Amino acid sequence: MYFQVQFVASVSAEEFTLLSSCFPRSCTFYLVLCINLFLFFLLAQESWVGVLYFQIHFVLLVSRQGKVRLTKWYSPYTQKERSKVIRELSGVILNRGPKLCNFIEWRGYKVVYKRYASLYFCMCIDEADNELEVLEIIHHYVEILDRYFGSVCELDLIFNFHKAYYILDELLIAGELQESSKKTVARIISAQDQLVEAAKEEASSISNIIAQATK
Amino acid sequence: MEQLKTIGRELAMGSQGGFGQSKEFLDLVKSIGESRSKAEEDRIVLSEIDILKRKLLEPDVPKRKMKEYIIRLVYIEMLGHDASFGYIHAVKMTHDDNLLLKRTGYLAVTLFLDEDHDLIILIVNTIQKDLRSDNYLVVCAALNAVCRLINEETIPAVLPQVVDLLNHGKEAVRKKAIMALHRFHRKSPSSVSHLVSNFRRKLCDSDPGVMGATLCPLFDLISEDVASYKDLVSSFVGILKQVTERKLPKSYDYHQMPAPFIQIKLLKIMALLSSGDKSASDMMYMVLGDLFRKCDSSTNIGNAILYECIRCISCIIPSPKLLEDAAEAISKFLKSDSHNLKYMGIDGLGRLIKISSDIAEQHQLAVIDCLEDPDDTLKRKTFELLYKMTKSSNVEVIVDRMIDYMISINDNHYKTEIASRCVELAEQFAPSNQWFIQIMNKVFEHAGDLVNIKVAHNLMRLIAEGFGEDDDDADNKLRLSAVESYLQIISEPKLPSLFLQVISWVLGEYGTADGKYSASYISGKLCDVADAYSSDETVKGYAVSALMKIYAFEIASGRKVDVLPECQSLIEELLASHSTDLQQRAYELQALLALDARAVESILPLDASCEDIEVDKDLSFLNGYIQQAIESGAQPYVSERERSGGMFETTDYHSQDHHEVTSHALRFEAYELPKPSVPSQPSAALVPVPEPSYYSEPHQPISTSSSVSERESSEIKLRLDGVKQKWGRPSYQSSTSASSSTPPQAANGTSTHSDGGGVASSSSSKPRSSYESKKPEIDHEKQRLAASLFGGSSSSSRSDRKSSSGGHKPAKGTANKPLATVPKESPIPVPDLLDFDEPTGTSDVAATDPFKELEGLMESSRQDGGGSTDVMGLYSTDASAPVKTTTSVDSLLSELSDSSRGTYHQSQTTKGPNSKEALEKDALVRQMGVNPTSQNPTLFKDLLG
Repeated sequence: MYFQVQFVASVSAEEFTLLSSCFPRSCTFYLVLCINLFLFFLLAQESWVGVLYFQIHFVLLVSRQGKVRLTKWYSPYTQKERSKVIRELSGVILNRGPKLCNFIEWRGYKVVYKRYASLYFCMCIDEADNELEVLEIIHHYVEILDRYFGSVCELDLIFNFHKAYYILDELLIAGELQESSKKTVARIISAQDQLVEAAKEEASSISNIIAQATK
Repeated sequence: MEQLKTIGRELAMGSQGGFGQSKEFLDLVKSIGESRSKAEEDRIVLSEIDILKRKLLEPDVPKRKMKEYIIRLVYIEMLGHDASFGYIHAVKMTHDDNLLLKRTGYLAVTLFLDEDHDLIILIVNTIQKDLRSDNYLVVCAALNAVCRLINEETIPAVLPQVVDLLNHGKEAVRKKAIMALHRFHRKSPSSVSHLVSNFRRKLCDSDPGVMGATLCPLFDLISEDVASYKDLVSSFVGILKQVTERKLPKSYDYHQMPAPFIQIKLLKIMALLSSGDKSASDMMYMVLGDLFRKCDSSTNIGNAILYECIRCISCIIPSPKLLEDAAEAISKFLKSDSHNLKYMGIDGLGRLIKISSDIAEQHQLAVIDCLEDPDDTLKRKTFELLYKMTKSSNVEVIVDRMIDYMISINDNHYKTEIASRCVELAEQFAPSNQWFIQIMNKVFEHAGDLVNIKVAHNLMRLIAEGFGEDDDDADNKLRLSAVESYLQIISEPKLPSLFLQVISWVLGEYGTADGKYSASYISGKLCDVADAYSSDETVKGYAVSALMKIYAFEIASGRKVDVLPECQSLIEELLASHSTDLQQRAYELQALLALDARAVESILPLDASCEDIEVDKDLSFLNGYIQQAIESGAQPYVSERERSGGMFETTDYHSQDHHEVTSHALRFEAYELPKPSVPSQPSAALVPVPEPSYYSEPHQPISTSSSVSERESSEIKLRLDGVKQKWGRPSYQSSTSASSSTPPQAANGTSTHSDGGGVASSSSSKPRSSYESKKPEIDHEKQRLAASLFGGSSSSSRSDRKSSSGGHKPAKGTANKPLATVPKESPIPVPDLLDFDEPTGTSDVAATDPFKELEGLMESSRQDGGGSTDVMGLYSTDASAPVKTTTSVDSLLSELSDSSRGTYHQSQTTKGPNSKEALEKDALVRQMGVNPTSQNPTLFKDLLG
């Protein structure tokens, strides 16, 4: 903490206003009130550190009809909050026109979304993060899914949502991008799948039997 | 036909290999897909929960079955239902030796549990074991769980293993170990502080993926402690240079950009490191310049890097050349058709405007366009930009715009934010007092309960104090205009509570001040307020206090007071109120009405809200009385501390102290606050005293003395505070002193409360430009708007702002419906998402029965087959060169995305079915009730022959 104060104190007032543009406005307001200059810097630094931890708070896949296809929460949310978040966000996102921004400001966060066919991929990030980058992370994920499933469609994700989770876990960890190489992700996923291969064959033969029987 | 349909479905499922799941699971997913309403879905899920509860309790569930149950639980949980009954089974599954099952177990627990869940303790042991496993896949699965589930207390349990894994042979494990450490650092920095050097070392890892992952924790570390990482600037610059020169393996390329995610991360770190550091900034000029040249602004990822460069430049000490580059990039963004890029452009402009304020001028019209864009996100960003460039010359236009927008939206969170921005700007740049009050009225009227209470106190203070100039005339005018505007507004229905408090207070203080309005008129209005908002005790309290002030002023000026009948009934009602506060106010008012003019004048002097109240903590005015009491045999006061100090000395004192202790237990917090260590003269005499005269005597004389002194000045009542605590005894009993002590407190309440910053006194009084009249011709209007916004923007404004504003916290109160005085600007309708009965969009084909349209569709499918190549052609011509070269991937992907990627136009073309595989899947989607967006009938052709 001591150091942080030093750091902020070293930037001039003008730069501070510039930096402050990175904080959520509300914080800044609260801060500006503080007359005590030292306290001012101290508090400012606190919120500044908080905001600087760029990370993805959650990933959400919703269908055109508002049905949830995949959710991954990197920040703690209760089940109740989760349903509220999903309801609120899908209400906003599904109703946005096609030509508008792929970002929405929401409760002091930003939600970046992109539509692929009938699926909306959404990621919630901090307000000061780079939206375009997150948009590309979404696309990166979709490309990996696509490579894995072979022209992926919504149905793949519905029935193999656990696989989508595995892939997501290889891409993002604790809300940060851990691997940006498609090949590496593909390699580790296929290594995992090889172990499963035998079981998978068995499964498909069973389902074939079922299919035969019901025919 | 019905039969055929079912057979078709079974067939489709069979041919898909059943996705590796059992029929029950497929049925579950299918039935949920087919459910048409939320209620139906809930019913299905609830019955599924019942089934699973039963099945999980069965003895000897085969492991494969159990795995599927767990996945079904995950599915249920994902749909927002509680699956906690099965958590323990997921935990058990992590113990399994089979990797497949273990992995499922870990997946389920990471989704079910968070780090504070009780079951975590059962997993830690397994994780520890798995981290030591020989199979790197097991280790990876365990590390994934570590990143999600380990909390502060359990970090030490796994930390040694995680640290060991930093040198694991597999890069995937090293990477995850770093991310785990990163997460530990965030959870509890102290637990890993000794390991920080590991991050530095891992920056040189042979695997670029590990290096990339290391940037995440380094970013955090650097943002906390810039100075100790300054030495890394050159390394980061070097890495970035190598990345841009494509030294990394090809597999890190993304849309022809070399490792863009790593580049962005590096830029973020460099912005931190060289913020305000000239020498560090110098090192970066080269590579930043290179980036501007190399970045392909036709791809999204290229723009992402450009944007990051702009951000970086806004943080470092830039060279003129770089500023030029950045400005050019911004103007490209702003000129783009894509809303995303415009958004980024506005954001970048907001950042650069701090450095060189003339940048905005060339983009005036683009900014205005964005301000009038139907896209809410873009509009908000533009308001943020305007907020940043506000100065006294354009404050009126900007604040007017903001308020118009504020009125038009329903989003409480943003409303709060924009309201507080308006207040801040108005406080800092207000050209005139009247304007300020008007703006505040508007803000309170439309966002009242969302505004921080300090703003209200500031406003009251401003009205009471004026703008600090010694010009009573102007102050009076200000007050009069405030009173007039409030009298107009007060009769409107449903005003926010906070606003009513302000109105009541101002009317009470200044309503009758200049004689324009009669006391009965004002008091009638105040009674109306108390009546209309009878459920709001705060407002009522303010109203009663205001009434009291008005009557007090009347009495003091010697006029006869006629209490209105409604006021009388109000008082009577409040005398019996459940709220002690209201009751007390009512009693005070009643008591005040019975007093004579002199007494009233000293209780509530006219316009005394700004007078400083000096609290005489020593109660020196009582010295004479005390002296008298001591002389007549009373015991001198001994402070609590001295009493406890002298506890062992005398027995009779001890008994008194004992009594003190018991009385302690009865006291409430509030009485404890002022410490009894106030130096007091009597306490100098340390002789302990027996009790008798201690309780019975004091308060009677106090009240007489205070009522005597009341006639001298109003300040005295506050001194009673001191009396209370001096004798260390709640003085509830003396109702006379209580009732006489509170009125001035109420009257002066605002000035004591409003401890926020002072109100800015920008005195440049420009006439308010009649902005409303500009509406008609768009273009002309835009020009003028631009002129009023940007004109004379050379004078940097923001830095000389006073840091005074009302703070606020996001509140989630109920917003009052904005009175639609302006055309609503793109309100977002929020339909009930989960109501599936109604199709949500135009492209929703769910309603049409595919079989009915079979004939026609089969026709169109053939045409579609041909047409699909056209779609692909479109992609490749539309998209720029890099996309074209990656078509091998994209062609698959375009199947998925109906919006063309690479370019930003989200074209509305429905996707063209062009591969058999996709067709089959699509058909299955339809069968499952998933409702894809496009028509895809080929499957039926297959089915029906």
